Amino acid sequence: MLKINNVSVKYGSFTAIRDINIEVEEGEIVVLLGANGAGKSTTFNTVSGLNRPFQGEVIFEGSRIDKMSPDRIVKAGIAQCAEGRKLFPAMSVLENLKMGGYVHRRHRDQIKKTLEHVFELFPILEEKKDDPAGSLSGGQQQMVAIGRALMAKPKLMMLDEPSIGLAPLIVEQMFEVIQQINKEGTTILLAEQNANAALKIATKGYVFESGAVVVEGTSEELFTNDEVRKAYIGA
Amino acid sequence: MAAFFKQRNVIAALIIFAIIFPFITNNTYFVHVMTLSFIWMIGVYGLNLLAGYTGYLSLAHAGFFAIGAYALSLLTTKAQLNYWVAFILALIITSVLGLVIGLISLRTKEHFFAIYTLCVGYIIYLVIDKWDSLTGGIRGLIGIPGPGNIGPIEFTTPVSNYYLVLFFLLLTVLVMYRIVHSLTGRTFIAIRNSEDLAQTIGISTMKNKLLVFVISTFFAGLSGALYASFIRFIGPDIGYISITFDLLTYLLVGGIGTLSGPIVGTVLIVWVSQQLQFLQDYRMLIFGPVLTLLVIFYPRGIVGGIAESLMKRKQKKQAREEQLVMAKKSVAATAASNENR
Ligand SMILES: Nc1ncnc2c1ncn2[C@@H]1O[C@H](COP(=O)(O)OP(=O)(O)O)[C@@H](O)[C@H]1O
Ligand SMILES: [Mg+2]
Repeated sequence: MLKINNVSVKYGSFTAIRDINIEVEEGEIVVLLGANGAGKSTTFNTVSGLNRPFQGEVIFEGSRIDKMSPDRIVKAGIAQCAEGRKLFPAMSVLENLKMGGYVHRRHRDQIKKTLEHVFELFPILEEKKDDPAGSLSGGQQQMVAIGRALMAKPKLMMLDEPSIGLAPLIVEQMFEVIQQINKEGTTILLAEQNANAALKIATKGYVFESGAVVVEGTSEELFTNDEVRKAYIGA
Repeated sequence: MAAFFKQRNVIAALIIFAIIFPFITNNTYFVHVMTLSFIWMIGVYGLNLLAGYTGYLSLAHAGFFAIGAYALSLLTTKAQLNYWVAFILALIITSVLGLVIGLISLRTKEHFFAIYTLCVGYIIYLVIDKWDSLTGGIRGLIGIPGPGNIGPIEFTTPVSNYYLVLFFLLLTVLVMYRIVHSLTGRTFIAIRNSEDLAQTIGISTMKNKLLVFVISTFFAGLSGALYASFIRFIGPDIGYISITFDLLTYLLVGGIGTLSGPIVGTVLIVWVSQQLQFLQDYRMLIFGPVLTLLVIFYPRGIVGGIAESLMKRKQKKQAREEQLVMAKKSVAATAASNENR
């Protein structure tokens, strides 16, 4: 479904990711593991079209997308739920969610249906739908961010560190929802530092270190890999 | 809901006041000043949509104001077109030039955009100033006709001009209200929030920025065209940077990125500076510090400041009510536990 072939990205003269190769099959949950600054977000932003690769190509469902504009990539079926739950803080929860359905703005019925679905996944958001998004708690803001990405009805959803700064109990709920979204047919690409929780739901993973993939394998392989355990699971 | 009705009442009261204003004053000079401030407001609204709602501070606005004014003046005096045909053409010309200039200047962002448009504005001024054969250079243009008749309605008196301008102002406010409360308006706000984020949810930022730039120049042109036929003579100074900064000052004082800010700021400053006219340019000694303080303490102007304090009061009230509910609950709980014992 998604193929990242030999991609390198530079910020000015600094190479943030180098010769990255990633493959995501339809229906999978793939996780990118790595410490801060390893290059996970850069990879996501390259798939989203915010960064242009300096070398290599990104292929989605058989066609190259690395030269497409970000809005066309969303239309093609890739939605990103960016790091740090970036919302439109002054807009209400409902308005934030509706903005997520921007690419389907001419299909009101569909937007309404997807909205109902988002409220089923996160009932608390329906209660708070008229509150300004900025007034919500961290966990609820993350729900809005995920809900907003869902509103685009993506085939592939990229979630950048959804667990960051959340209490363990909430993280668990968040991962359950991600699994649920995946079961309903959305392929997931996840970036995490929290390897323990992520590998439990993932099918396979890639470990990033200073801009390069150093280990890759199925979740079981990574889970039993000594280096990975030492670095990211702490056991 | 109560707030909604209150807001509605305020708006209705303002409109009624604007309609009966010429009758209460009976002073043509006041009517003149008010008409002029309505004209400025239209331009300020244009600037507000771009700078306030989308976050792109254009400093070329006086340039587009002047383009609207000159286009109308040239089309009526030199080309001898019918007033309203010229009027519509003037708006189209301004918008098309806005489209072209937008295509170029929107490749820049933030400070660079402000500096770039400052240069664009200055170039427009220079072109008007130096293109003697077309614009009359520093001598300017005279003999610009007032608004043409619409059927049996004539616009020969100050009061009829006042109502015509008021009509265009109300139309402007209505259009702005509709835009701001539509998905398009939220798209502009999303761009102001973060262009990257806007792009990741599928917004074509360039298309939308171009759209708002053209709308913004359209209203600058409308304001300019009305100005030309109200004052009846124009010179290159109407395209000068200082006009841009006047508009920006009205906007900042009233409240950038708010719907009523342009009205509040313009009325306030235009009237205060009328009162302080005896001070001549020393007025700026008062305006400068006041503006600085305002920007520091109320970055969203008078309207933004009021909205904020209302919001705080509401939140306090809510918090107090919640506390009350909690207190009642705990009282009930202790009562219940006492009974159990
Ligand atoms: N906009 C940027 N400009 C310059 N350097 C950047 C930018 N964004 C990220 N970087 C650098 O690129 C590297 C990878 O960052 P990032 O992709 O955000 O990592 P991660 O998401 O894994 O924490 C880091 O060294 C970071 O400092
Ligand atoms: Mg990151």
